[in-house]
Amino acid sequence: MTMTDTPTPLNRLGRLMVDQPLLPLIGLLILLVAILAVLNPGVLSMFWAGNTIKIAIPLAMLAACQTLTMLTGGIDLSVGTAATIAAYLTATLAPMTGVPPAIAIALASAVVIGLVNGFGVAICRVHPLIMTLGTALIATGCLLVYQRYVIATGVLIPDFLIWLGTGRSFGLPNSLVLFIPFAALVIWAQRRSGFGRLLYAIGANEAAARLSGVRVWQVHLTLYTLSSLIAGVTGLLYLGQIKTASLSLALPLDLPSVAAAVIGGTSIFGGRGGFGGTIVGALILTVLTSMLTLMQIPEGGRRILFGLIILAVTALFIRLTERS
Amino acid sequence: MTAAPSDAVLDATGVAKRFGAVQALKNASLQVGAGQVVALMGANGAGKSTFVKILTGVLKPDAGHVKIKGRESTVANPAGARKWGLVPVYQEPSLIPDLSVADNLRLGDTAMEPFRHWVSELGLPGLDPEAMIRSLPLASLRIVDLARALAIEPDVLLLDELTAALPTDLVDRVLKVVRAQADAGRSVIYISHRFTEIAAICDRATVLRDGLTVGDLPIEPGIEERIVEMMLGGAVAAAVAEERPVKPVPADMPRLRVRGLKTGTRLTDVSFDLHKGEVLGVVALEGQGQDELFDVLAGNRKASAGTVEVDGTARSFHHPADAIAAGLTLVPGDRAHALFMSRSVRENIAAPLLARARNWGAIRMGDEAAKVSAAIETLQIDTRAQGEVRRLSGGNQQKVTIARWIAKGVQTLLLFDPTRGIDIRTKRQIYALVRDLADQGAAVLFYTSELAEIRLACDRAVVIFNGRVVDVIDAKDADEATLMRAAYGLTEKAPA
Ligand SMILES: Nc1ncnc2c1ncn2[C@@H]1O[C@H](COP(=O)(O)OP(=O)(O)OP(=O)(O)O)[C@@H](O)[C@H]1O
Ligand SMILES: [Mg+2]
Repeated sequence: MTMTDTPTPLNRLGRLMVDQPLLPLIGLLILLVAILAVLNPGVLSMFWAGNTIKIAIPLAMLAACQTLTMLTGGIDLSVGTAATIAAYLTATLAPMTGVPPAIAIALASAVVIGLVNGFGVAICRVHPLIMTLGTALIATGCLLVYQRYVIATGVLIPDFLIWLGTGRSFGLPNSLVLFIPFAALVIWAQRRSGFGRLLYAIGANEAAARLSGVRVWQVHLTLYTLSSLIAGVTGLLYLGQIKTASLSLALPLDLPSVAAAVIGGTSIFGGRGGFGGTIVGALILTVLTSMLTLMQIPEGGRRILFGLIILAVTALFIRLTERS
Repeated sequence: MTAAPSDAVLDATGVAKRFGAVQALKNASLQVGAGQVVALMGANGAGKSTFVKILTGVLKPDAGHVKIKGRESTVANPAGARKWGLVPVYQEPSLIPDLSVADNLRLGDTAMEPFRHWVSELGLPGLDPEAMIRSLPLASLRIVDLARALAIEPDVLLLDELTAALPTDLVDRVLKVVRAQADAGRSVIYISHRFTEIAAICDRATVLRDGLTVGDLPIEPGIEERIVEMMLGGAVAAAVAEERPVKPVPADMPRLRVRGLKTGTRLTDVSFDLHKGEVLGVVALEGQGQDELFDVLAGNRKASAGTVEVDGTARSFHHPADAIAAGLTLVPGDRAHALFMSRSVRENIAAPLLARARNWGAIRMGDEAAKVSAAIETLQIDTRAQGEVRRLSGGNQQKVTIARWIAKGVQTLLLFDPTRGIDIRTKRQIYALVRDLADQGAAVLFYTSELAEIRLACDRAVVIFNGRVVDVIDAKDADEATLMRAAYGLTEKAPA
């Protein structure tokens, strides 16, 4: 045991990632963009950047739900469903009731999903994974019933949602009008509001949170309701972006939203991470997807690669950060 | 420095370790001969635990030589250390909470028979090997940790503040067993902040200050002050029980009136009064119901019978938040139950300030920073590694659990062994702090496993035996012999 070893570069990188988790993530993002530029010279443009941001925003918003719940050691696998329901109800109810009531009903339905999740997690102490998967299944079933028995008189996608979802101003997507204040609020709240702090505290040690006087069930109930509300709003935005009402609109975003949060450095075991990293995580995933698309690999191979890369990046990050 | 015995079983020199900005060890050395118990001493954050972790391969040193039995050590992990005959008991219990005692042993490849032998030797013959680790009190966990280490028959046993969470009866057992190890020719490295223990079993003391080995002394009568001086780098007045005027038991309405409290099987019938301005000690051997008493008062457990009155109003707490609202705040015995290890010192201290739903909004950052730094100042927390509480040394973590309630403001403070693992200088500051809080009108209930603390910090002490109060003793009469006799139930008399 005679050693005079200075910390290896890998160790140092690991420590940097614990203390300044955003820097290496941004580094990775830049690296991916650079690879993309080499593979497809000329693809990078203002338009490409705007498009990437536009696609990343709904993903990042759903990933906000995962980030917040994961901070407490939970997860919310019903966000895709809540978003889809909000979008579908808005589009099908709007022709009958007008836009504002349709949106109100849509968001209220999302909130109901959240309340049920919150009730199950907070009061019945069901594991969030099971609880949110369960409500997602039930809610999807309800949506099918709705679709069968309520004869929709047509589909109407409100103009302002289309403006928000697909429009651009000064080359930048309009959805930033929603996203920038949203992201600022979440990032502010996670560190500088009592509620945000308690999410970290519960994730770090729930028993200790209780002993410091926190009624943990209140936090859980609020958290899951909030998560579904965010998902509902995301559904509306996504509706404007995709411009079709479908019964599985946002479902494919469920797992990528978890991946974005994990890649962004939020620990699934709770107590560590934040939305800043998640936003970069969502951008990384989006760039990765567009890279794979441009590489003209068949769909099957693309998915396999996508999965492998997510696993590799996550494993690497966890290894590096745990080591120091 | 006395020269290393040439037959040193363990000989470490020039060990250094840095964590980011914190230089935990600069130049630490330690020699242990066969048949010796060597005390490793130093203030909180001096680097003792880091040293133990390096010797046993948990951490890699940045520099240094370690020789074991004359050969250059190649220990790279705890399993390797075990092959070399080095077996540690770390400062925090290292057992898997969701497994039984027996399963933990199996995982650690430890034989059951010798383990059982040691457990009963150490004073817990009734321990059920099928019991879940999670369900055991901290003191039992420490005994399990030690018995497991002994069962491996180590050549060098490294004990990091093992006794800090143990009540007196178990401490005595541990000291006997440890001394017997040395007398049988094995070696022990012993870390503790309690001089009585050092004097009782150690042959030498190696003193660390700020990561440097500053001395190596034989233990002899009167050496204590020299060691303290070396540890702290200056003379410190000895803790003497200042002559406090004996306070008559106040006649006003007590802050806390407990009558016939009962829960589970251990706490059968406890009654006492705690007044404003008073520090009431609680003395008990292991498992006499003291854990349950504190849990009930803190709202962490329900009583099955009895009443608790706060300022004359009967209360029953369904949740710690209820107790906190009634002004009862707990520093639990096991800091692992109180701390958010992956969060910063600041967030740990500020947590109770935001607990209630009406404080969920914007945090007044300036206000919070002021409260937190005042509490850090009061308790002299070493915040060099404040980004995550788990990077603090054990004693500094303990201080954070107290600081939290100082920042919130104190009415009735329930302290369960609050000075556990805290060094001698800070202990004195904590006694002074507790007295100050009482003088400012707080009421303090102070359980301690270190009997000498009753005289240093309390006005009176209630002695609990078999789940009942068997004696009430004034601080001036509370010498250790008297307290011990009462704690063993030998002076049973009805409480006033
Ligand atoms: N993982 C870590 N990261 C950063 N700093 C650390 C880490 N572990 C220990 N330290 C720092 O190293 C110093 C020495 O800590 P150590 O735990 O060895 O002290 P100690 O002598 O055991 O103190 P105590 O009596 O309080 O247990 C402390 O300042 C501590 O904050
Ligand atoms: Mg220590």
